[in-house]
Amino acid sequence: MRITQGCFSFLPDLSDSQIAAQINYCLEQEWAVAIEFTDDPHPRNTYWNMWGLPMFDLRDPAGVMGELKACREANPENYIRINAFDSTKGWETVRMSFIVQRPTAEPGFRLIRQETQGRNLRYTMESYAVGRNPEGARYAG
Amino acid sequence: MGAADNPQQILDPKKRYQAGVLKYAQMGYWDADYEPKDTDVLAVFRITPQEGVDPIEAAAAVAGESSTATWTVVWTDRLTACDKYRAKAYRIDPVPGQEGQYFCWVAYDLDLFEEGSIANLTASIIGNVFSFKPLKAARLEDMRLPVAYVKTFRGPPTGIVVERERLEKYGRPLLGATMKPKLGLSGKNYGRVVYEALRGGLDFTKDDENINSQPFMHWRDRFLYCMEGVNQAAAQTGESKGHYLNITAGTMEEMYKRAEFARELGSCIVMIDLVIGWTAIQSISNWCRENDMILHMHRAGHGTYTRQKNHGVSFRVIAKWLRLAGVDHLHAGTAVGKLEGDPMTVQGFYNVCRDTYTKQDLPRGLFFDQDWASIKRVMPVASGGIHAGQMHQLLDLFGDECVLQFGGGTIGHPMGIQAGATANRVALEAMVLARNEGRDILNEGPQILADAAKWCQPLRAALDTWGDITFNYTSTDTSDFVPTASVA
Repeated sequence: MRITQGCFSFLPDLSDSQIAAQINYCLEQEWAVAIEFTDDPHPRNTYWNMWGLPMFDLRDPAGVMGELKACREANPENYIRINAFDSTKGWETVRMSFIVQRPTAEPGFRLIRQETQGRNLRYTMESYAVGRNPEGARYAG
Repeated sequence: MGAADNPQQILDPKKRYQAGVLKYAQMGYWDADYEPKDTDVLAVFRITPQEGVDPIEAAAAVAGESSTATWTVVWTDRLTACDKYRAKAYRIDPVPGQEGQYFCWVAYDLDLFEEGSIANLTASIIGNVFSFKPLKAARLEDMRLPVAYVKTFRGPPTGIVVERERLEKYGRPLLGATMKPKLGLSGKNYGRVVYEALRGGLDFTKDDENINSQPFMHWRDRFLYCMEGVNQAAAQTGESKGHYLNITAGTMEEMYKRAEFARELGSCIVMIDLVIGWTAIQSISNWCRENDMILHMHRAGHGTYTRQKNHGVSFRVIAKWLRLAGVDHLHAGTAVGKLEGDPMTVQGFYNVCRDTYTKQDLPRGLFFDQDWASIKRVMPVASGGIHAGQMHQLLDLFGDECVLQFGGGTIGHPMGIQAGATANRVALEAMVLARNEGRDILNEGPQILADAAKWCQPLRAALDTWGDITFNYTSTDTSDFVPTASVA
């Protein structure tokens, strides 16, 4: 399966020049770009690992691309996403987020249906990769 | 405008309160020198006085009938601070290009309204005056709601920012679809449509306005099967999904029961229809706030009073009231789809939903600056007769902060519902990517879609099926400050 989080998951994986163009757009909006990575991509896992702080004072996409390269080398089988943070009053939140690296194989999630009263079901989603190994060893290298 | 026979307020109390009938202007409901206070509620009405009725007197009558007046003098006014409680019409202008119609500005003191009650506000502002005989027609065009009054409302229970944070979806419009056929499917078949559309790439699916609990599908069956579809699709995509479960019912007790079942099943969103009324809306909004639930508003019925521009209430006013009353999603038009909507007028509705401070913008129908005082943003929803081939126009008109809903444009896809959903998601992501790269999507849009269709067969089929479909009719509801626009 292919996890479809982020705003470009239905497109073919972006090339580095395409990623840089999107980062450039974020910087033009005066958003701070951040890199995050994880091997637990559950949609309710809000807090991925931060690759350093959001790059508040950076104005050149090349700087982010350098950090992305380092993050990829350190975490070759993790999901990596680029987030852009807007500190404008009334937003003060992420304005854009897209995946820029995936593990080689994505086993996905199992839907667990717990039967309760009547016809009701209690649903839980469980990652196959998270279930099989501890953090740091979840996706085959 | 009848300045020669402009009746002035009678200031001598003995004459003013003599039993009998006076003109509204003589009673003090017209004051050309009045300077609105920052705390006043302001309204602009478009009025069409009957033949022979002086427009200033008509404006004064609107102010009078929407505040303290009755048709005759009453001595009991003198027991009150009546000058304060009288609304004042303070300005009147002929409507450009519309003979016999006038915009009249009315100011209302804040103390005329109960805090936190849209029912009370509307009972005054649109309570009597629209049936008033000396007017052929009247329309409430816009309102300025002072910060002091805005702050008495809780507003949207979730808002755009928190909705996106809950869903972890940023940087693009959300995608939805209304289930079709609207009526007649069994719960199991209905849930199939939900599942297919979400699995194919949509973020949300939606009940239609008139699906409640009919003989063919009991509401509990609908809720159970829809949530199976939602959760199955979420697990297979690793992405948050939702279905707007319509909890509209005959009584509040029944609505709460349905809302609680939706929560028990883990739904992130519930839906109501505008026809349930202001008090019911504010009540269910409170419930949503206490239960971490997004509240979707379907504006069922609004066309009966928003569409004709000489009579009724503009949708921009309804949108302002709904933002205060507290909804998270609001259908606000498509401009390019099958339902009424001039592009600039519709953009005005979107601004009312999303701005933190709305600037006066006459071509978009916005008569006033409006400070929203940190009340949350409402997510506007574009729904009705739109398809993937219009993606560049939709993104250009409305930007990222909206939900684009393709019902027929998903479910009617020749390769099936999943393919229809995928076509829409690919078209959207390709267009957002191109826009962010600095391309001119309005002009290059068709080429951007054609390029994506080279590797995405479902998008190819969607463009082949609907690429040329437009609903290019003249709009009824335009601002009268620009020539009537239409979209090619």
